[in-house]
Amino acid sequence: MAESFVVFPNPPPSDLARALDLDGHRWTAVSSSTELANAEPEEGFTGAIIVADEQADAAWALCRDLRKRDVPIEPLLLLVSGNQLEELASRDDQYDDFIITPFHPRELDARLKHLLWRAGRGVRPELIEYGPIALNVETYQASLEGRPLDLTYMEYELLRFLTAQPGKVFTRETLLNRVWGYEYYGGARTVDVHVRRLRSKLGEEHANLIQTIRSVGYKLGQSRWG
Amino acid sequence: MTHRNPAAISWMVERQHEYVLRAVEERNVKLIRLWFTDVLGQLKSVAISPIELENALEEGLHFDGSAIDGFSRVQESDVLAKPDPGTFELLPWADGGSTGRMFCNIFNHDGKPFEGDPRHVLRRNLGKLRDAGFEMMAAPEMEFFYFADGDPQSPPKPLDSGGYFDLTTSDVASDLRRQTISVLEQMGIPVEYSFHEDSPSQHEIDLRYTGASEMADQIMTFRLVVRELALERGHYASFMPKPLAGMQGSGMHLHLSLFEGDNNTFHDDDTPYHLSKTGQQFTAGLLYHAREITAITNQLVNSYKRLVVGYEAPVWVGWARNNRSALVRVPVTRPDKHSSTRIEFRSPDPACNPYLAFSVIAAAGLKGIQEGYELPEEASDNLFELDQRSAKKLGIAPLPTSLAEALDEMERSELVQEALGEHIFEWFLRNKRDEWRSYKAHVSQWELERYLPRW
Repeated sequence: MAESFVVFPNPPPSDLARALDLDGHRWTAVSSSTELANAEPEEGFTGAIIVADEQADAAWALCRDLRKRDVPIEPLLLLVSGNQLEELASRDDQYDDFIITPFHPRELDARLKHLLWRAGRGVRPELIEYGPIALNVETYQASLEGRPLDLTYMEYELLRFLTAQPGKVFTRETLLNRVWGYEYYGGARTVDVHVRRLRSKLGEEHANLIQTIRSVGYKLGQSRWG
Repeated sequence: MTHRNPAAISWMVERQHEYVLRAVEERNVKLIRLWFTDVLGQLKSVAISPIELENALEEGLHFDGSAIDGFSRVQESDVLAKPDPGTFELLPWADGGSTGRMFCNIFNHDGKPFEGDPRHVLRRNLGKLRDAGFEMMAAPEMEFFYFADGDPQSPPKPLDSGGYFDLTTSDVASDLRRQTISVLEQMGIPVEYSFHEDSPSQHEIDLRYTGASEMADQIMTFRLVVRELALERGHYASFMPKPLAGMQGSGMHLHLSLFEGDNNTFHDDDTPYHLSKTGQQFTAGLLYHAREITAITNQLVNSYKRLVVGYEAPVWVGWARNNRSALVRVPVTRPDKHSSTRIEFRSPDPACNPYLAFSVIAAAGLKGIQEGYELPEEASDNLFELDQRSAKKLGIAPLPTSLAEALDEMERSELVQEALGEHIFEWFLRNKRDEWRSYKAHVSQWELERYLPRW
């Protein structure tokens, strides 16, 4: 089963989105229970990550809803600010673990893994594959048709991001935010430049795996479903 | 939505370090070369073993800078090189791909960036452009020669012109160029075009545009790749601006534009040739300060033997749409391709220090924008056939005709002084004055042939 977390709110804080992306966790953001129902994959969500530090009321409401379902979405990891700790006391049944914001990305990854382990579920796959491309998110190794593909750190992160969601079109803006993050000050041209570099490393034969979608952005390969 | 999370930022740095350490382990890298550039634009390298890598990434590497051109200072010479993990690449040709490299930033002991580090100087100048909302994009046309050897005792022997050197055919050089391009692409340096130039054994490889800071790194890598691959085959590649008298020299035309996010600020549908007000002012800045910055873009005595009439090299300070002897050319671009509107700055040669050249170019262009310089009239086609006197009448200035003249112009320039910083400004002038003095004292073959029989 492909791992996929549901995340509240939509859009989530950018540091959360990025930390999940970089650790190779798949996720879908929702702003309400209704939206969740529509976005839920057939096999259900792996778990939920609810950020309660800004829209607390809506977050608590969603936690309640998730627990009340016939098949609850578990485990549920809560992100709260330090001064919300009192609010947790009366809600012990509505979450499985929590982290104080601002959080350390390593803590997020460690808690998610631990929650999944306790729930008897496997952790995310270590290999992301599409066509001739294979990426090992644990060792950072990339390969093309079984041969090592030597990438710089940002090239690797960009390729991993695109490969994890084949067929999906991303705008330059999205790629900048999700792959480079907020501490990056360059413009959207950075994305074009890195795509060109990736294509040149993929070589002539595979360069077209990454397609330019005119006046939108980029996608890698085709979606499995169409 | 964006709340800055300090833990997330330090985590990014950790991840990058981890990435490099992992790559070194997984790819069985035996040696890591830490690269930096001296003031004259020569690539310097310190090699470390994988065991030393983690410490080098975290703490940096101390070394005595006094042996490096432009690094020495009176009081202290110890500096700290900190590898930039984002630049880690394997060198595909070296030791079967078991050597990696990273560019370094150089720091003083007090943790401040070292002012003698050209990479830092460029970052500072691009930072000023960024404060004004611009990101500078650059794409160079790299010209160079392949010679049979690098022996300076005799005139260089071109590789691929039968008459000069019949042991090899033109295929040797073309093969070499193809192999070079393949290595460049493997290293993530995309090539736009490549071809054989006019002169025997002269080649051109045009790189695809990228941010100026990254492009300066790419030019350093490019020069090394071209030279090392030629050496591997027992030949010699040279970026000397004018190695053969009476032949075309080697330039490094620079295609430049400023982006604001997704938007090319050089493009405007409603202006002539679609060059926006910003593009015009940037160009005006380059033209206005051209004489001051030439010592940096053309830093050798030999550079000025390329900048002469009759070889498609710029001689006069002017701009035009399609005149190849203009200093700045505004290429005609497809109307629907806004991102490709740009200017071409044609004086720089491939022997420059790209970090310093981009620095003074950025400073001159930004000055033009901030002071609202007016772009002068386009130079008419026949202007470049005019002699000095007629040009003077038209108010057209010549580019400096010698290194000495360029240094005089530079020494008077507040713009260059500020762009380079006191340390490099002074050191460069001192070093280059020495170079000129030594050249002036030399008696050349030309003089002997011309004067000895008569006098």
